[in-house]
Amino acid sequence: MKILRLPCDERDVRSLKAGDAVEIHGLVVTGRDALHKFFADGGAAPRELKGAALYHCGPVAVRDGGGWRIAAAGPTTSVRENVYEPRFIAGTGVRVIIGKGGMDDATHEAMKRCGCVYVQAVGGAAALAASCVKKVLKVDHLDDFGAAEACWHLDVAGLRGVVAMDANGGSLFREVRTKSAARMARLLKGAAAWKNS
Amino acid sequence: MTAVEQLTELVRRTTSSLPGDVVRALERALGAERKGSSASVVISTILENCALAEKGKTPLCQDTGTLSFYVDEALRGKVTRKAVNRAVAEATRLGLLRRNCIDTASGRSIDDNCGEGAPAIHYCSRKGVTLLMKGGGSENMSRQYSLPDASLGAGRDMEGVRACVLDAVAKAQGYGCAPGILGVCVGGDRATGFAVAKEQLLRSLDEKPTEFESRLLADANSLGIGPMGLGGRTTLLGVKLAFRPRLPASYFVTVAYMCWACRRRTILVK
Repeated sequence: MKILRLPCDERDVRSLKAGDAVEIHGLVVTGRDALHKFFADGGAAPRELKGAALYHCGPVAVRDGGGWRIAAAGPTTSVRENVYEPRFIAGTGVRVIIGKGGMDDATHEAMKRCGCVYVQAVGGAAALAASCVKKVLKVDHLDDFGAAEACWHLDVAGLRGVVAMDANGGSLFREVRTKSAARMARLLKGAAAWKNS
Repeated sequence: MTAVEQLTELVRRTTSSLPGDVVRALERALGAERKGSSASVVISTILENCALAEKGKTPLCQDTGTLSFYVDEALRGKVTRKAVNRAVAEATRLGLLRRNCIDTASGRSIDDNCGEGAPAIHYCSRKGVTLLMKGGGSENMSRQYSLPDASLGAGRDMEGVRACVLDAVAKAQGYGCAPGILGVCVGGDRATGFAVAKEQLLRSLDEKPTEFESRLLADANSLGIGPMGLGGRTTLLGVKLAFRPRLPASYFVTVAYMCWACRRRTILVK
């Protein structure tokens, strides 16, 4: 398990390889559909994202005295942000994207160019992810985006995931897809002689 | 305890703890993966997450899913729509369920999770009350095929059924929160196909599989897709298949994809 402390610099993320299990410590900012649309329309993304992680996550946040407590914080599906992400990466200087399911080739190109990795979080493991949040540092866009879409600035300790797309072009998803497609072709050989395409 | 209180307790237990058979299957899967691999990291994270949720009686996944209640016909007078809705609204207020229901026409949140037909209630011949919670990520990976399917080379036979099931598994890579569980219905019309496929998810993984189910499971796991689609030996925890009569003109294969967070529980309402 590799330890990744945020914020970090380009060299730190370039040294990570697809397949590395990582434990993330430090600043993670949540942002999903509303933030990406806002940014694409000319709005400003949180400055703190520079060197830190963007987490595709709509947490369950509960009022706790004067502050906030995160009750659940699992990843949401990342592909919806594909159209926005290349410009978002270049514009914010974000070094890590945490999410679920991976992103497209254009996004991966931007990750390679700018020095950014994609970490697949464990989908559904929301209780454990929430327990890694040491502190809610602040929240942006609570009123205009709503609690699930707001930018929660989280100080995390030991948030776990696997580097699925690295900053040098390596992709665990692609690797697994290529292998599983080859295996599938063998499994289905002779299933029907008239298969199209 | 009133019926509403018993149903609220059912929601609390279902949302915070996985059934024993699913936990055992995950533990077996952990043993099968290479130590230190991403697959073993993912499965041990899942197990740790479940232990934490069970201890704290909190939702084990933030997507508390579509709620389906399967209610014994004989309890119709006691476990009414009103009682179920009250329990669901109360569980939502207690934070056991996320505000997870959108009025589709207006786009507004239905804050108590109760709308027309939601939660779903099925009066049936099962004993007691069973609650199944199925998240959206997995529901989006459920599929229906109509045989013959030229793109898959799937004909109207069991080899064709197998091609459909394996295709559904491959298409879920990275998205369905693997290791998953498949409920499959072969036959029926389109609507019964989805209903029956989903009902198969109520069957215990401890149940002895048929020869065909075992073959599907072994084939799917040989694809190497692995937990969260990151590679590994465990892509599925189980396959449960049922047949239904069909019209001569139709041959549907319906696959209900369930994530590892297969939250289901049964109580006997007094």
